[in-house]
Amino acid sequence: MLTVDGITVRFGGITALDGVAFTVEPGTAVGLIGPNGAGKTTLFNCLTRRCTPDAGTVSFDGVDLLALAPHAVAECGIARTFQNLGLFPRLTVRENVMVGAHSRGRTGHLAAALRLPRVRREEAELRDRADELLRRLGLEDLADHPASGLPFGTLKRVELARALAVRPRLLLLDEPVNGLSHGEVGQFADLVRSVRRDFDVTLVVVEHHMGFVMGLCDKVVCLDFGRKIAEGPPEDIQRDPVVIEAYLGVAA
Amino acid sequence: MRSMTAVLDRTRHGRFALAALLAAAVAMAVPFYFAPFQVFQLTMVLVYAVALAGLNLLVGFGGQISLGHGAFFAAGAYTAAIMLDRFDTGHLATLPVAAAACFLLGLGFGVPALRLRGLYLALVTLSLAVFLPPLLKRLEAVTGGSMGLTVEKPQPPAWSGLAEDQWSYFVVLAVSAVALLVARNLLRSRVGRALLAVRDNESAAEVMGVRLSLHKTFAFAWSAMFAGVAGCLYTWVIGFVSPDSFSFVLSITLLAGLVVGGLASLYGPLLGAAFVMYVPSVAQDLSEAAPGVVFGLLIIAVMFVAPTGLAGLASRAGGAVARRRAGAAASDRSSVAEPPPESTSEPSAPRTPVDPESVEAEPVGAPPRTEKE
Repeated sequence: MLTVDGITVRFGGITALDGVAFTVEPGTAVGLIGPNGAGKTTLFNCLTRRCTPDAGTVSFDGVDLLALAPHAVAECGIARTFQNLGLFPRLTVRENVMVGAHSRGRTGHLAAALRLPRVRREEAELRDRADELLRRLGLEDLADHPASGLPFGTLKRVELARALAVRPRLLLLDEPVNGLSHGEVGQFADLVRSVRRDFDVTLVVVEHHMGFVMGLCDKVVCLDFGRKIAEGPPEDIQRDPVVIEAYLGVAA
Repeated sequence: MRSMTAVLDRTRHGRFALAALLAAAVAMAVPFYFAPFQVFQLTMVLVYAVALAGLNLLVGFGGQISLGHGAFFAAGAYTAAIMLDRFDTGHLATLPVAAAACFLLGLGFGVPALRLRGLYLALVTLSLAVFLPPLLKRLEAVTGGSMGLTVEKPQPPAWSGLAEDQWSYFVVLAVSAVALLVARNLLRSRVGRALLAVRDNESAAEVMGVRLSLHKTFAFAWSAMFAGVAGCLYTWVIGFVSPDSFSFVLSITLLAGLVVGGLASLYGPLLGAAFVMYVPSVAQDLSEAAPGVVFGLLIIAVMFVAPTGLAGLASRAGGAVARRRAGAAASDRSSVAEPPPESTSEPSAPRTPVDPESVEAEPVGAPPRTEKE
């Protein structure tokens, strides 16, 4: 479904990603792990056209992602969440989710100004769909609340709802459980599992919480200093001495 | 649950319709109760409200800034004046032309706005406002130079039995009502939400599929168009344009009016327009020597009392009352030994209706927040 091949990104003298290659099969969940600064988020940014790699290719269902304009990625069916939340703080929770469905709407500027009947219809549809997603994630009571001022854990769910509003086939989660308490991590893991099943999405997850990654993912890719150092099923990765060394260091 | 929200929606709609009807009735009755000069002042409030509504799209909802809207206002005013003076086209024809011309002008200026933000954008737009009046003076053959152009005001048809000022008022009322409705329509759509999303978080908006260049330039274009329409109405009402009516102070007054009225509020432009129209004359009464100083001090006073503008004042007061009540209720509950809220992900967290206006008190031209990547 997603093929990343030979991605290299340099920021000045620093090579953030160095020839990283892996594939994601449809319906699977792939975990992306590695110590801080390994290039995980940079890789996500390449997938969503936030940054352009110096070399390499990314193809999604045969489409060359790197040839797309940044705003066109959502239309392809790729959605993501952000490491430190990327919500719209002054919009309500419902509006946040409705912006997620932006790529599914057609209303242009002129039609909107005149509020043609089809604009009303589309608005009603988007609103219903957003409300449905909010109910699904247990956020319906907060629909009219501005996104700022809500607890972090709740905002994580709002962001997930917004990403699902894109109607993604590929969902990229950037540290979905960082900053959550122990109990919340469990809840969120259940949520992600059920969402994955119900919405039939393929997942790529960047996360440091090993319990979360190992419980969720079918395959794990480990990066270190921009290089892929290991790839395989979670249980192999957990025992891989190279991974252990990169993450924990080894006694001298 | 569903039917209940439906009923709630309907009562809310009903109440809104009632308020709109009442406002319309008052607006219709006003010119028959006031003296011609007061009617003229009210007409000018409506004219400024249109310009402010446009500026609001750009600054309040779009998160950009313009110190050059006086130039678009002037462009609209001169388009109308030249058409009336040289080509004798009749008033109605000038409106779409002024609107279209300023829309295109705004589209052109929206392109640099894509690359500039904050203070830089403010400077570039300010230069537009500074440079236009001398240009108008230069192009004497078309614009009448420093002397300006005197044109005919719209005359009331005989059947109406209205005086000239009353007729102007009604014409402007109709145009401004449509303009404000268009602004509201834009905001309550996919397009408007995209604009708000870009203001709040550009890169997240783009990831959601919002095409930044399109929405940002169009915000500029719409905004300029509203200013142009207001300028056109100005020509109709005043019947005279000259370069000195559109100095860069106009641009700054417009921005000040918008901030005082309330950024990102639908009726803020009306309040701001009233402020811009009436406060200078109040200032004149208070101190004949230095009305500008009094005007400035009054702006400071309003911003001190109501940092979210006059429009935000009511909802802020309401929010404060609700918070106090919710706070009292919470302390009542916690005294009945409720376990501390352990899981913060519970949706029951702060249900206090935090008023959205209070978060809008971001300084104009503040760099948009971008999340670290």
